[in-house]
Amino acid sequence: MLTTPVLPRRGFAPSRVVVPTLGLFWLAVTLLPFLFMVMTSFKTQEDSFATPIWALPSHLDLINYKAVLQGDFLIYLRNSVFVIGVSIALILLFGAMAAYALARLRFKFNQPLFGLIVAGMIVPLHVTLVPVYLMTRQAGLYDTMFALIGPYVAMSLPVSIFILTGFMKQIPRELEEAAQLDGCGPIAIFARIFLPLCGPGLSTVAIYNGINLWNEFIFAYVLTSTPNHRTLPLAVWDFQSQFASNIPGMMAVVTLTALPLIAAYAFGQEKIVKGMMAGALKG
Amino acid sequence: MTSYTETQVLPLARPVRAWPAWLVPTFFLAPAVIMLVVFLLYPLLSSFQLSLLNWNGLGTQGKFVGLDNWLYLLQDPIFWLSLRNNSLLAVFSVVIQLPIALALAVLLDKAGGYSRVLKIVYFLPLLMSSVALGVLAKNLYDPNFGPINLILQALHMDAFAHDWLGDTHYALGSIIAVVCWQNIPFYMVLFMAGLASFPDELQEAALLDGASEWTIFWHIKLPHLYGTLRTGALLAIIGSLRYFDLIFVMSGGGPEHSSELMATYMYRTVFDSFQLGYGSTIASAMFIVVTLVASLALRLTRRFEPEV
Repeated sequence: MLTTPVLPRRGFAPSRVVVPTLGLFWLAVTLLPFLFMVMTSFKTQEDSFATPIWALPSHLDLINYKAVLQGDFLIYLRNSVFVIGVSIALILLFGAMAAYALARLRFKFNQPLFGLIVAGMIVPLHVTLVPVYLMTRQAGLYDTMFALIGPYVAMSLPVSIFILTGFMKQIPRELEEAAQLDGCGPIAIFARIFLPLCGPGLSTVAIYNGINLWNEFIFAYVLTSTPNHRTLPLAVWDFQSQFASNIPGMMAVVTLTALPLIAAYAFGQEKIVKGMMAGALKG
Repeated sequence: MTSYTETQVLPLARPVRAWPAWLVPTFFLAPAVIMLVVFLLYPLLSSFQLSLLNWNGLGTQGKFVGLDNWLYLLQDPIFWLSLRNNSLLAVFSVVIQLPIALALAVLLDKAGGYSRVLKIVYFLPLLMSSVALGVLAKNLYDPNFGPINLILQALHMDAFAHDWLGDTHYALGSIIAVVCWQNIPFYMVLFMAGLASFPDELQEAALLDGASEWTIFWHIKLPHLYGTLRTGALLAIIGSLRYFDLIFVMSGGGPEHSSELMATYMYRTVFDSFQLGYGSTIASAMFIVVTLVASLALRLTRRFEPEV
């Protein structure tokens, strides 16, 4: 590796001043809202009105967290885990199957079908909201967790198929031909060769959709109505509609809602950053 | 004897049961295609069908009114206002988010060891759900107890303190600021990927020739990033035209529709005013706008993939 030679540079190098200033400024811009959120969540309601906003809480009061956790919060959390877990499993299975067909099988409408599915990536999902709501009511699934799984899987499939098809196209054909010679049928080839070799693609797809769906709000809001069947983002919504004036309590809910993803992020930043960019950057 | 000839005849390289040619792709595509048809394609078409009805959601069917809803839409000032707001969001997303994101990407590309830490922290807003962020931002903007106004007052700049979300002049802008705050890290990482693909030798060659970092950036790196910038702009524009979340959570489109977007107007028309037919007209119009703009932009840029 070459080291940059130190040469006298002509002209003004704004990077010297501008760069660190901008870096610190954006650090503050990013962190201050979080700081306010966490600080306020530890204050009592009286504290939050009586002391200035930037004052530290008088003592580390967990009363808000206790109140929230004793409420329905854990039910919302459980529902989110269930809905997202089932959705991701189906997205991976259906997405990988379709990607295998589009990447490897020869059939008449392969190219147009791929184009159509990829076009699904730009569909404004809110257009489907009302028909999906009517369908859900007719099917008797309104206010159940199953109401969310269908739309969640469908809205995630286009981008997932797009990513996985790219992955599967890179798998060498020789592997497939060798397996064919050994008498493997298409299902065995898919399950024993393509799925294992697509591991990184599958994890990218799982992370990308997992985060999007974990934070999904409007379908969950429209298709469910009671805390027993609602997902985590609605914990915040329901809390704010009930206790609009309890700002510390609300900040405790917001903090707790943000915590699972931030915890996951703490363990695997690289993977999560890569996963979240999957829609824009290939793989 | 017979068993010997049988093994001779059986072709070794064949699967035991050969599938008919059409069955294999059908089997692999069916689950995904069924889901997409039921939950994406059918609802899209159904939305156009509903747009021809006058229906309050009660009963099994609305009244067929032909193109009445569409004619009403064309002269509905609120629809045009929301389309204007969507366009404003698109313009501001591009002119605010992309330059800041580019500056941050360049900064992290240069910075040494601490750039990793900065990148990790900068990325945090993207992990917030829009409801959580919306509720948090609403508190920041609160006219009486929100830190923004309290800090402005403490600095004796009361003149700049406003009822951010309650004033028709400031609501849209205040929310756009939060949208930018949340999305800038996304474009930052996008541009960082673009910069990472910039060959080191080129930079060193230019430095040896006496070019300043500033010159290198404007004349070599920026042209190199052109494709990535285009992708970023495209994503920002399409994302803005179908935007919903933070506006819905923070202002619901108000006050007096001043921050109304097509998606929030559609939502309110259906779920607050119970006009399923007209709401579906707005939804379908939104679909047409997004599809037109996206295909136009794709045609102009010719590609969706960044050059990284």
